[in-house]
Parts: sequence; C-alpha cells; structure tokens
Amino acid sequence: MSFYRTLKDREDKYIDEKLRGITEQEIYHVLEKEILDEKDFLVILSEKAEDYLETMAKRANELTLKNFGRVIHLYSPLYLSNFCDNECVYCGFKHSNAITRKKLCLEEVELEAKAVAATEILHLLALTGESRKETPVSYIKDCVNILKKHFSSVSIEIYPLQQEEYAEFVLCGVDGLTIYQETYDENTYQKIHLKGLKKDFQFRMDAPERACNAQMRSVNIGALLGLSDFRKDVYFTGLHASYIQSKFPGTEVGVSFPRIQPQTGNFLPANPVSDKQLVQAILAVRLFMPRAAINISTRENSALRKNLIGLGVTRMSAGSRTEVGGYTASIKTEGQFEVNDNSSVAQAKEMISLKGYQPVMKDWLMI
Amino acid sequence: MDDKLIIAGHEIKNRFMLGTGKFSSNEMMKASLESSGAHIVTVALRRVDIKSKNENILKFIPESCIIMTNTSGARNADEAVRIARLAQAMGCSEWIKIEVINDNKHLLPDNLETIRATEILAKEGFIVMPYCNPDLYDARRLKNAGAASIMPLGAPIGTNKGLKTKELIKILIEEIDLPIVVDAGIGRPSHAAEAMELGASAVLVNTAVSVAENPVLMAEAFALAVKAGRYAYNSGPGAIRDTADSSSPLTGFLR
Repeated sequence: MSFYRTLKDREDKYIDEKLRGITEQEIYHVLEKEILDEKDFLVILSEKAEDYLETMAKRANELTLKNFGRVIHLYSPLYLSNFCDNECVYCGFKHSNAITRKKLCLEEVELEAKAVAATEILHLLALTGESRKETPVSYIKDCVNILKKHFSSVSIEIYPLQQEEYAEFVLCGVDGLTIYQETYDENTYQKIHLKGLKKDFQFRMDAPERACNAQMRSVNIGALLGLSDFRKDVYFTGLHASYIQSKFPGTEVGVSFPRIQPQTGNFLPANPVSDKQLVQAILAVRLFMPRAAINISTRENSALRKNLIGLGVTRMSAGSRTEVGGYTASIKTEGQFEVNDNSSVAQAKEMISLKGYQPVMKDWLMI
Repeated sequence: MDDKLIIAGHEIKNRFMLGTGKFSSNEMMKASLESSGAHIVTVALRRVDIKSKNENILKFIPESCIIMTNTSGARNADEAVRIARLAQAMGCSEWIKIEVINDNKHLLPDNLETIRATEILAKEGFIVMPYCNPDLYDARRLKNAGAASIMPLGAPIGTNKGLKTKELIKILIEEIDLPIVVDAGIGRPSHAAEAMELGASAVLVNTAVSVAENPVLMAEAFALAVKAGRYAYNSGPGAIRDTADSSSPLTGFLR
C-alpha cells in the first residue's frame, strides 16, 4: 500500500467542484465540527472559505495552544553540498545552473556546526542537493556523526532513500526526515522536473513511508506552493500527512508550507500564492490535523512569520543560511532559495518572546 | 487532622502537582510554581539543557520542589528506561514519571510498555510514577511491578475535558492500595476538585495552567481547588440523589 493509491483514487473533478462550489452553509457546518474528515478539509480549503479566515484562525489558535502550548521550536538548516543531478526548473541548485559547486569536507562541517551551535541552536536540519555520486550515504553519515556532537537533534533533507538506508541513518542518530513532494499533480511534476532520479514521482512520494518503516521518529512533508493549484497541493499534503499519521502512529508528522520565492535562474511561479492564501492553507491543515507540527521557514519575511505565530505554526527555522558554507562565510556560493527573514537566532527568539511565546531550543535528546 | 500524602516514604506537602511544558516563558513557569506551592514538579528530560546558561529549565524550579523527570518521547519500555537512566546520569532525582506514548494523534499511553518499564526501573531503585489508562488489571500489574503511585488520565492529554474516565478512576481509588494521582485532561479547577472529592490522592495539571490567560492565577486556583476537594473528601460529603430528601422523615412516626 502506498499513498500513491490514495492520490489516484481521488477524482479531480470532484475536488475541483468542491473547491470552487462550496456553499456558506457547508462552511458553517464544518466549522462547528470537532473532528474534520477529508471532505471537511476540502471545504475549508475552498475559495469561498477565504471569507472565514478569522473564524478558522480562532479555532486554529485554540487547537494549537491545547496541543503544543505557547511555544515555538527553533532549528537551523545546514547545507552540506549543492551538487545536484536533477533539473528542477524552480531550484537554484539545478544541475544546469552555472553556480559554484561545493561540498563541505568534514573539517568544514565541524566548523559550520560550531558556528550554528554558537547561536544556541540545538535542532539541526542537514541538507544536500540531490546527487548520490557527489554526496553518497556514507558521506552524509560521516557528516551526521560530526553534527550529533553539537546538536540534540539532527534531521536530514536529502535525496529519497531506500528503507535500509533510512534505517542506517536512524541507527546513526538521525531522528527526522524532511522531504517535499513539491507538487502532488503528477503531470505538472513531470513537466517541471526535467531530468534526474527525481523524475520518479512515486519513489519520492513513498519516501516518508519508507522512513517510517525504518523507525524514523519524525517526518516532515510539504508541497512547494506556487508550482500548481495550491489548494489541491495543500489538500493532498494534508491527506498524505494524515495517511502517515494513521499508518504510523508512533511517528511525529509535520507539514511545511514552502512558498516559491525568486532565486538564481529567476523562476516565476505559475500559480503565485498570496499571504492570505498561505494563511488559509496553514489554518486548514491545523483544523484537519490538530496534532501535526507546522513549520515555517525563513523563506517568509520576519513580519509575516511574527503574524503566523498563534495561527498553528509550531516550528520555525532561524538564523538560516541556504548557501553551502554559509555560516562560516569562508566560502562563497549561491543559496538554494532567497532568505527573506535575515534575523539572527537571537532576534528570532526576541520576536517570539514579544509575541508571548517561548522559543524552545531543545526538545529532544539522543537516547 | 492527620492527612499526609506519603509517596514512597516521602511526605508530599501539596496535593497539586504541576507540569512544566507549554509555558510562554520559563519565568512564567517559575511564577506559576510559586503561586501554586506545588511540591512535585514534572520536567521532560528532552527539554532539559543543563549546559545552557539561559535556557536550563531546571534553574527555574524552586529548590523546595521535588523534580520528577518524565520520559516524554519514549515510544516503548526500552526508550523509557534509557531516558530514566540518562536522567539519573545527569544528576536528576530518583523520581520518574513514566510516559510511554506510541500514538502521536491521540497521545494515549501504552499500558503494556509502561508496566514493563515500571518493573525495570523500580528494581533499579527509581521512585516510579506511571502515567496510564485507568484500567484495573493494569493498575494491579503496575503495583506489583513496584510503582509508587498510579497516574490514570482523566481525559486525553491537553483536551481540558475533565474527568471523562471518572467511573474507572473511582474503581482504582477503591481497589488499589497506592496513591492515585489523576493526570491529564483536567481542564478546570472544578475538575480537579471533583477528582479530589472522589478520593484521588493528588492531581497533576499542565496544559490548563500553562495556556491560561493568567497562568500564575490559574495555578493558584488549581491548588486551592485541590485543597478544597480534599477537605470535602475528608469531611464525608452527603450522597447525591435523584429525588429530594425530606428533612422530616416519612417513617418518623415509628420512633
């Protein structure tokens, strides 16, 4: 069984009709319910439901407080390498981009880790471009072995692996996987991923499931908003998260809402997503999945991130550099995407405190 | 009147226990502990950073409190045992709240794994307070495994729904010769008072205090409600009936 089956079982026509033809009555009814099913989720993702954001926000706020409290967990990304064999039209690291390619040597990984740890960050997300040749599993494991000396939690965002490989990382001390499907619309997916192993839509889609089978503690998924109809992409992201949560109750499921921003190559999204629509997406996922972690990165600016606290967000990146070697500044390469919140970790913590929330630096220990 | 709460030979000076998660700041958590006078305080080891100058949660807990580490994040008995041993190695007290959860949607405890962890850790000398679903057979197993108290949930964690498991908790209070501490689901001071009136030995609260508009005041309100509930229990409340009970008895003429 795979989520791919669920995806293919849902009829596009039905989803389109629901998203475009919801009545106010239906929205009222859904917003009165305690537990929302997938049809209800579609209702609150509809165009019409954009008029009910305040009601949804109040409900999302209440649910998030009950389930997570007045806290925001912080983490930083650390890019190990920008070598990539894929050709994703929207990405700054795509194979054909003439950027400076760099892979950190282990000494540099240690220096970068120390620089991040000096900001008091204890949860780290290690990333690579998708090149098995340049950054094989063995290299990434070597990096993790260094990183875990400096951080209480290490997650990875790398090319999709086989189950046995995820198990190796779990054994090595990795406790989280982030992997984005980018878009759940398979046609669009094939059109924007021109070459490389990433063209295998289902292999990528099943990656979180393989990680869960390998006992990965937390799995974070998402769609890159703007590539396709964001309502459908958020709908399927929610369904995917719910599928994982039901099938693997021991795994903590998280959802990210990366929105396309300009980067090297100047890719312009076909379906730009407004702030209001981003908020609707976050609120809808919170109402549908009260226990899911919700993650907002520094792709979004500081003012918006501040306003999103209290609307369902539980996790934020901070002080982020998206270039390889970005924290030690000794090497200059291009970032994967433009960071729109350039606040330091200390500034992010202050912003969260001013909002009446506690910035939490440590919420895990390697056992 | 002598009404001491004794757990594992220790006198616990307040029947209100407070969890330390979900607060808007460590300072707010500290102020809430102080206003409530809680004696036993639970802390998730996953949150503890003893190396941090500014973030070490343990530094915000009054010295008079007993810090009971909880095993939050453990998915099975092995992980709970490893977390407890880590807590010990870090210099935490021997008080341990076992929390084994392998369902992130409902956050319900796994009684079977909890019993296994209790057995191992009690033998190693920990004072073990297991968080569990209120099941009579499992409560007996926990007692036999060496638990110092039983901590049944009133409702799923964080729901603030109150004593949804009331009838089952009543049975535990009646049958299990250990302090019963109602943990999780308590959303209002009135729920805490209700648990205490039933005869629970203590109540442990976290969410209802930490996410209140004024946690400091709410913590105090809970402590007072727990005290009131205990007084009521000790004073032997009259039975609750479905019909009015005349103060002029119908059979008074027989005297």
